[in-house]
Amino acid sequence: MTVERESSYLASEKNAGKVASFLRAMGAVVWKDLSAELRSRELISAMLVFALLVIMIFNFALDLDPATRRDPTITAGVLWVIFVFAGTLGLNRSMAVEKDRGCMDGLLLAPVDRSSIYFGKALGNLIFMLMVEIIVLPIYSVLYNVNLLNLGLLVVILLGSIGYVAVGTLLAAMAVQARTRDILLPILLFPVVLPVILAAVKASTGFLDGSEMELIRPWLNLLIVYDIIFSAVAFMVFDYVVEE
Amino acid sequence: MEESKPRLLTVLDVFTVALFLIATYMVFFYAPQEAVMGDVQRVFYFHVATGWVGMLGFIGAAVAGIIYLIKKDRKWDIVGLAAVEIGIVFIFINIVTGAIWARPIWNTWWTWDPRLTTATVMLLIYLAYLMLRQGIEDPDRRARFGAVYAIVGSLSVPLTYFSARIFRTIHPIVIGSGDPSATGSFDMSPLMTQTFMFSLLTFTFIFIDLFWHRIRLGRKADHVEQLRLQTME
Repeated sequence: MTVERESSYLASEKNAGKVASFLRAMGAVVWKDLSAELRSRELISAMLVFALLVIMIFNFALDLDPATRRDPTITAGVLWVIFVFAGTLGLNRSMAVEKDRGCMDGLLLAPVDRSSIYFGKALGNLIFMLMVEIIVLPIYSVLYNVNLLNLGLLVVILLGSIGYVAVGTLLAAMAVQARTRDILLPILLFPVVLPVILAAVKASTGFLDGSEMELIRPWLNLLIVYDIIFSAVAFMVFDYVVEE
Repeated sequence: MEESKPRLLTVLDVFTVALFLIATYMVFFYAPQEAVMGDVQRVFYFHVATGWVGMLGFIGAAVAGIIYLIKKDRKWDIVGLAAVEIGIVFIFINIVTGAIWARPIWNTWWTWDPRLTTATVMLLIYLAYLMLRQGIEDPDRRARFGAVYAIVGSLSVPLTYFSARIFRTIHPIVIGSGDPSATGSFDMSPLMTQTFMFSLLTFTFIFIDLFWHRIRLGRKADHVEQLRLQTME
């Protein structure tokens, strides 16, 4: 009995060690991205300026009068177009810097589980995307005179960004290895990420509109399902994407 | 590597062409005219059949992708690419025939109904798959990326369908239980059912025949590429 307990104890100890080293490797990748960004501020500033430009273009392209501007459908739609476009910019860049000076090879040589590299990159991308979103929301509120301080909306943005980044990081890792890497990512990503956009826009509209939870829940469920499925798939296939 | 065309393939070619001629005849002369919609309803037989083949191609590509990632055998990459290329052609025919039918029945060429959206997204994912492959020189990497993208795409498409389905649909569901209030819905008479089943069978044979041809072509292209790489070294 004691032997059995001991061996199971040892196994759990070993597992805990594995998990800890996985988290450490993941944290190191995230930290590397964050500190590089903190010094250069290339990615966030590019994404932000781009986001502001998209807001401006929408204002003139749709020629929004004050009443339509406050329409929840328009607000949710424009917000998600901004996030999706700015997100593509960030995803492409975050993988391109790894590829350019052979940093990816260095990361792959490290004796860690490769999926920890994926989750590190994905978490870094998620943080960048959320930072941009947090800055864009108040600016949008001021420019369009709508109140976006809504807990539900923030949850939707978090869930939507997780799904977007989970697939985006995987596909960006493929896109940067192709000859046509500058144009490939949106073409690969948009058709696959469509369910996220659809559900996120619908749920955001629902929260801004003050709809009942009954109507919003299916969309939230869809977002959660998408997040789980695609994080799991990316976890399983990432090895094949970075393999030499 | 030098192989002549298998006899069975030639037999299959002839058989498929014969089936297709009979199916065309059945669609125009055997099946009765639909009471409400008239002759435009005849598009239905090939419309559903091409959609079926398009879906077969999509599922085939995803399955081939999974097997490729496990076995790392180039054969499965060729199979996956063949499935995608055939799928693209047929899903395109499916969309065009649907639009031709929708114009008089729904009074519009296009509407963002779940099935229409899903078919379009499928077509776009197929196209992205081909563009991804085009941008990669190394055959092994190309095969791996193709497999990964086929798997990711095949998981996303059902989700697109379900998310679009939460909206109300106007697309008729002729096979299986559908909402009878959908615009353009109808009940099939026995002759219609026979024609429909025959079209489905015909297009399944067309799929198999083209699939076989495309895999043979893929194998030869692979051989040529290897010869080219050898001479470059």
